[in-house]
Amino acid sequence: MSAARLHVVTGKGGTGKTTVAAALALALATGGRRTLLIEVEGRQGIAQLFDTPPLPYEERKIAVAPGGGEVRALAIDTEAALLEYFEMFYRLGMAGHALRRMGAIEFATTLAPGLRDVLLTGKAKECVNRRDADGRPAYDAVVLDAPPTGRVVSFLDVTKAMADLAKSGPIHSQAEGVVEVLHSPLTAVHVVTLLEELPVTETLETLGELAAAGLRPGAVIANQVRPQWLPDRSVAAAAGGRVDAARIRAGLASAGLDLTPDVIDGLVTETVEHAQRVHGESVALARLDASSAAPARLELPRLIGGVDLGSLYELADTLREQGVGAEVLV
Amino acid sequence: MRAVPVLDVDALIDNAGTRVIVCCGSGGVGKTTTSAALAVRAAERGRRTVVLTIDPAKRLAQALGLEILGNEPTEVSSVAGNLHAMMLDMRRTFDQMVETHAEPGRAEAIIANPFYQTISSSFSGTQEYMAMEKLGQLVATGDWDLVVVDTPPSRSALDFLDAPQRMSTFLDGRMIRLLSSPARAGGRGLRKLVGGAFTLFAKAVSTIIGGQLLTDASAFVQAFDTMFGGFRERATATYELLRSPGTAFVVVAAPEPDALREAAYFVDRLSAEEMPLAGLVLNRTHPVLAELSAPKARNVADELRGAPLAAAVLRLHADRVDLAGREESLLARFTGAHPTVAVTSVPVVADVGDLDGLREIGARLADGGPGPQATPLRPAR
Repeated sequence: MSAARLHVVTGKGGTGKTTVAAALALALATGGRRTLLIEVEGRQGIAQLFDTPPLPYEERKIAVAPGGGEVRALAIDTEAALLEYFEMFYRLGMAGHALRRMGAIEFATTLAPGLRDVLLTGKAKECVNRRDADGRPAYDAVVLDAPPTGRVVSFLDVTKAMADLAKSGPIHSQAEGVVEVLHSPLTAVHVVTLLEELPVTETLETLGELAAAGLRPGAVIANQVRPQWLPDRSVAAAAGGRVDAARIRAGLASAGLDLTPDVIDGLVTETVEHAQRVHGESVALARLDASSAAPARLELPRLIGGVDLGSLYELADTLREQGVGAEVLV
Repeated sequence: MRAVPVLDVDALIDNAGTRVIVCCGSGGVGKTTTSAALAVRAAERGRRTVVLTIDPAKRLAQALGLEILGNEPTEVSSVAGNLHAMMLDMRRTFDQMVETHAEPGRAEAIIANPFYQTISSSFSGTQEYMAMEKLGQLVATGDWDLVVVDTPPSRSALDFLDAPQRMSTFLDGRMIRLLSSPARAGGRGLRKLVGGAFTLFAKAVSTIIGGQLLTDASAFVQAFDTMFGGFRERATATYELLRSPGTAFVVVAAPEPDALREAAYFVDRLSAEEMPLAGLVLNRTHPVLAELSAPKARNVADELRGAPLAAAVLRLHADRVDLAGREESLLARFTGAHPTVAVTSVPVVADVGDLDGLREIGARLADGGPGPQATPLRPAR
């Protein structure tokens, strides 16, 4: 993660990128630092995760990190961000809100899809560069819960988006500053994946696209990794359906557990399915390892009870144990 | 607990009255696979079936013989019965629509317009709109008994219901006229409302996005104007098709809070629009296959000495009991709020990369009771 201060988190739908982004913001805030967690898709995923009312378009403290740090959150609303710009350069007054109600603001962002992305990444850049009165950065790190893998590269490829925009003017110069930050060592793009075939395929494709667009990959974060209970040597055989039912029965009987053949059959089937999944995960890991594009890898466990506020802290701890937030790495 | 009605998939696909099945749900829940599995099963049970997939994974596309992106159905010869499959080519569908509806000579001008190219490739909602358009075309041919349609991987499951309306608002030209000549458009009421600010706004927009884009957009909307009536008629016809009794919506969800929340929104929306809901497919569940409680399994595993395989089996079983319990309580939350929605659960299949995998899923779709603790099934090979 080296010198990065803007951590962009992406992943295929359903891989848990919002959860991982939140855990990362907590991990990076640990020990008295301050981080900002940004959401850009209008889903209010952060509010749901932290169990708070929907976030307004302003930076709010949302959690306290271990050791005195704090996490703030910001849900960027594109239409509000565009109005903010108009306000800065043209005095629209109250009419701005009337325009919004008419759908004119939405229409403007639809006309030039790149405009939306420039506004969102521009806001993130502003937060990264902002300084306190004493000249220190306002945030030690900014974590951006970005669009999913399918759209993330076009989202970050502001250079391309600028083709949609006027060749001069306020937004144009803003966009140039964004390009500079996104392509500098200040920014790292992390990809969240499950250890399954399709998410890994998308992860590898995204890493390739990021490299081609000149964006710096950070870590691949394997999420929802489940424990492997079977001894390594039994996995391949069990995944192929070969499970020694007699040995299981004998083993259980030695502990005084006498089960009916039906129950033993059920256990065997469960074991085969478990082995197939473990085997699939190791194939997925091998594909990640074999790819030269794959950068550092982090792992997070699957939480059977689901994710709540308490478990976010556990996930943040797990990230720290793997080096996130350590002096060397940040 | 009240009994949850079971979604009888075979009754649904066998019914000659079912002409269209729409699979919807949030991204990553297995909509495409479910659509393909339903189509394979329907074809093998004797119905002439076509499946419209949106963006199938490579292996699924191969299983359906869809290596080449074509915008027309091709026969899946390895399936007994009559099955055709196709992948949506959104750009091609839009072009064809323009070619069909534009006045002679104008289609080329529209298609060559840079703004059209933006709209037809990256407007959010185009894919949804084109999927509905293609569905309308497939039904209109009368070549099939059953059309199964997958929906685009939208952020929200509701996007595709709103897409035609969004698209219409965008294309009807009111906004673009406001922006390109605000003095003349909009009527007095509007001018009074926002006053000179609109002129200022139009100026701001053109400063930001550039005059050229606005000019292209304006030219596009003018060229498009003459065919707009045709577009709107199509959108209305498709909407009516979706509301007709021959259509069945199947909402797909994974046993995760987000996916089930989206499914709940979708069910409510369908009912508000009076659209026919067949039921919920709860995909990739982990039913418990052996009767043994998790605490007991873990206790015995802790005490076991010298039997590592048996201990591992007990621990993986205990995890599975916990997981099934969580899946059940998530489902119970959904069914509690939607007690009349029929449900079928589909236990996870390890490998769905080929036709046999799709057949296995089809069998589980037809066989699944409402709860994750349904009939024990053999593992997929």
